[in-house]
Amino acid sequence: MTDAAELVRRTAELLAAHPPTRLPPPPSTEGPAGPSPLSATTDRLDFLRARFDAGLAWVHYPEGLGGLGAPRSLQAVVDAELEAAGAPDNDPRRIGIGLGMAAPTILKYGTEEQKQRYLRPLWTGEEVWCQLFSEPGAGSDLAALGTRAVREGEDWVVNGQKVWTSSAHVARWAILIARTDPDVPKHAGITYFLCDMTDPGVEVRPLRQITGEAEFNEVFLTDVRIPDSRRLGEIGDGWRVAQTTLNNERVAIGGMRLPREGGMIAPAAKTWRERPELRTHDLHQRLLKLWVESEVARLTAERLRQQLVAGQPGPEGAGMKLAFARLNQEISGLEVELRGEEGLLYDDWTMRRPELVDFVGRDAGYRYLRSKGNSIEGGTSEVLLNIVAERVLGLPSEPRTDKDVAWKDLAR
Amino acid sequence: MSTQPDLLYSEEEEALRSAVRDLLADHCDAPGVIARVESGAPHDLAAWKALADGMGLAGLLVPEDKGGQGATHREVAVVLEELGRAVAPVPYLTSAVVATEALLASDADDLLAELASGRRIGALAVSLSVAAGGPYKVVRHENGVLHGELTGVADAAVADVLLVPADDGGLYAVEADAATVVAQPTLDLTRPLATVRLDGAPGRLLGDAEPAVRRALRTAAGLLASEQLGLADWTLTETVRYLKERKQFNRPVGGFQALKHRLAQLWLEVASLRAAARNAADALTTGEDIDLAVAVAQAYAAPVAVHAAEEALQLHAGIGMTWEHPVHLYLKRAKADSIAYGTAGAHRAAVAELVDLQAP
Repeated sequence: MTDAAELVRRTAELLAAHPPTRLPPPPSTEGPAGPSPLSATTDRLDFLRARFDAGLAWVHYPEGLGGLGAPRSLQAVVDAELEAAGAPDNDPRRIGIGLGMAAPTILKYGTEEQKQRYLRPLWTGEEVWCQLFSEPGAGSDLAALGTRAVREGEDWVVNGQKVWTSSAHVARWAILIARTDPDVPKHAGITYFLCDMTDPGVEVRPLRQITGEAEFNEVFLTDVRIPDSRRLGEIGDGWRVAQTTLNNERVAIGGMRLPREGGMIAPAAKTWRERPELRTHDLHQRLLKLWVESEVARLTAERLRQQLVAGQPGPEGAGMKLAFARLNQEISGLEVELRGEEGLLYDDWTMRRPELVDFVGRDAGYRYLRSKGNSIEGGTSEVLLNIVAERVLGLPSEPRTDKDVAWKDLAR
Repeated sequence: MSTQPDLLYSEEEEALRSAVRDLLADHCDAPGVIARVESGAPHDLAAWKALADGMGLAGLLVPEDKGGQGATHREVAVVLEELGRAVAPVPYLTSAVVATEALLASDADDLLAELASGRRIGALAVSLSVAAGGPYKVVRHENGVLHGELTGVADAAVADVLLVPADDGGLYAVEADAATVVAQPTLDLTRPLATVRLDGAPGRLLGDAEPAVRRALRTAAGLLASEQLGLADWTLTETVRYLKERKQFNRPVGGFQALKHRLAQLWLEVASLRAAARNAADALTTGEDIDLAVAVAQAYAAPVAVHAAEEALQLHAGIGMTWEHPVHLYLKRAKADSIAYGTAGAHRAAVAELVDLQAP
């Protein structure tokens, strides 16, 4: 069993064997201090590869795949040691889809070859991943998707259109679900693939959104050839495989750990403190209510995290995403109002292609518009309420008319 | 923040919960509570005796060397969750928490030990509506005796000893039979209020009223969130159960999306309240960030408990409007709790001070 002391020891070994170049200078020129920058010889990428090979990337993954089979909670021990040493990280926000969604799915359903091939460059960030799931005709009803994959020899030939794909313009790989059998009910005819984004049949177009920029893309797939060796899981089992991806997506969206007054409430509270001339009694009451709700949401997320660490996974994940979506929208809406005349302005409508969502780097108007997506992306709030009602509370599901009908016969 | 609060329940806390729940199932079933609240003796003193004396729960907050169990606010919070779930008409919050906390801040070890044993019941003679930090009424201290009238004193009707703040800044212990205690008609039938009149009643000086009252009310507000959690949890659970059974239009009504969404929303509120209530109980235990944890919990808890009870009534529909069905007990308690120890608005005002979000 790998314990915290063992991980500290292994982390120290890694740092000694591969002193990363970004180490800060020693705190004092006198006496023996930390590693000298002169001895730092390992560049960022080599360091990340060495960290992966040492099993310190994600300690709960198996040995040989970046982990040590240790409890997930011990990752914090490694991260703290590396941060204290000034070691570079893998910029997890930039590769969130790979880390949070593709990796757990590949780990669970991938062949040994697939795990060996994809997980290491995924974790180091050498290969960025995106997710080809949603379609113009398949949003909340994702299982109705119509992108077709037809078997030709050892390959699958894929045709269709995907939408709301973040990072598609920088991605090397995609996780893709496509219809391989239109003659069976919709959930049964889907297969999960790993798609090469450099294939000539893949066309990525920016999708401009209400904020003026284009974080997302439309992806057009025309005769894209995917070898059968890049199928993940069994033929026709793609819906089940995709559940792993989607469950992890909601954990990723709802499960961020925030400090008190972190997240969307921070800029609103800052404006309130710095601009007394903007204050009104009405806004004060509403701000306080949202401040309290933000703090309670933070505590609820923290309680969820503690339950996970204690091995009592709770169903609160879907709930947290619901809570943060509403709070982000209400707080940013309040902030626009608080700014009065300035709230009538907008910082920049220029069409840009940001790699990351930056909620705090822009004005309140941007936050207001961008957060409208929070109750849509990763499962609409309406669908999440159904999930809570049915899976947590055990209430009956809606009467279904689509379960026993072949996909090709569905209304669309 | 140095350390994260422990927001879970320990195994011991879960064991305590199930023991209290079993006891209340035997003593405090809903038809019994409904029948009792209209009798001349709304308090269930048999249940109180079993909890306080039998299980030793009255002394949880009192150190062992002072005759108590030496437990913490975390365990008390679990007891209060269960009492809330049963809307049990027992003076636990008022005697084992509020009066006990006031005595812990005073110099009265004999009284403390009596309350801890559960054989005597104490009540702080401050209106239930007063928030920690809010103004409260005092009586006149003149020629060694006390004069005056105090209103809205919870559970005073069953108290053996009243803890009375006076105009000289002292907190006095007054034997109940030296006071005139008159029950007031109350919205919440399960936590009765009374007026306390003192006409030259002798009182024993316990210490300064101010720190004792502040401490008692702050703890009460923080732990009331756990009672509200218990109320809300019962109303949600019971409503979900009923809507799976109740059929209209040839379907269980719990299958209609309009109702499912309301219940899912309520579930989220209750899950969030659980985190806020555990945070307050843990802060009271560790002593870290108590004021903010209590203010946040109370600012959040009251609207959630009221919402849960109101939704329970509406979703039960006709049957929920009857005297026979217990949901009205929960609605009345939840609404009264939204005033008890300060409204959500009063606690939001406290938050504003604590985190520097000043009023215009």
